[in-house]
Amino acid sequence: MKIVAVCGMGIGTSVLLKMNAEKVLRTLGKDQDVDVEAADIGTAKGAARTADIVLTSADLADEIGEVPAKVVIIDNFTDVGEIAEKLTPLVS
Amino acid sequence: MTLSDELSTDAIAVRAPATDWRDAVRRAGALLTAVGVATDDYTDEMIATVEKLGPYIVLAPGVALAHSRPSPAVQRAGISWLQLAEPVEFGHEKNDPVWLVVALAALDHDGHLGLMSSLAAVLGDTDLLATLREADSPERVLELLSPTNEGSSS
Repeated sequence: MKIVAVCGMGIGTSVLLKMNAEKVLRTLGKDQDVDVEAADIGTAKGAARTADIVLTSADLADEIGEVPAKVVIIDNFTDVGEIAEKLTPLVS
Repeated sequence: MTLSDELSTDAIAVRAPATDWRDAVRRAGALLTAVGVATDDYTDEMIATVEKLGPYIVLAPGVALAHSRPSPAVQRAGISWLQLAEPVEFGHEKNDPVWLVVALAALDHDGHLGLMSSLAAVLGDTDLLATLREADSPERVLELLSPTNEGSSS
């Protein structure tokens, strides 16, 4: 399974989101089964085509548009609890 | 590594005035310039990023991570810390208003991961953030971010 964390530039918010998503996956014992990568909005459309789940903000979800992956909107990128709540049902 | 290793008092401002989000990002960018992390062009690029992609940089309640992509305007990876006297609106649906702008510059996509890991730990600690919001000097911010402070921020 592949998760792509998307932000505008691929160096800031998506990296934080990737780190926190990996933290959630470790807690669930799923970190061996799921790859998480960070991507900027330019490469995200391509990356989202091969991903199962896209994590991003409400603003950027509109930019990504229609992709086969499940797009999950995260409001607070630093809140591991919110990420866990939204991600757990999708990876278990 | 902790954030206190990455920041010097010259890259921190507290109780800073800001008229709007652009002014806040400009001031956070000026701190990057002051410590030789990036040039003024990078500040313009951070503002252009929000104009183009929206206020997604407001990644948690009250906190914006201003940044743009690696560019010739970046001299080294680094951050600045701008705590505002009065919060400003970035136009984010859920996380406005913003009282803390952290400006980030990076040379590439993975040379700053240690820094991001430290930042994630600080931004994920809501008790620590509440204390940081009240900090009245750059020295106090550094003290709160240093590892020796762990467990003593009551």
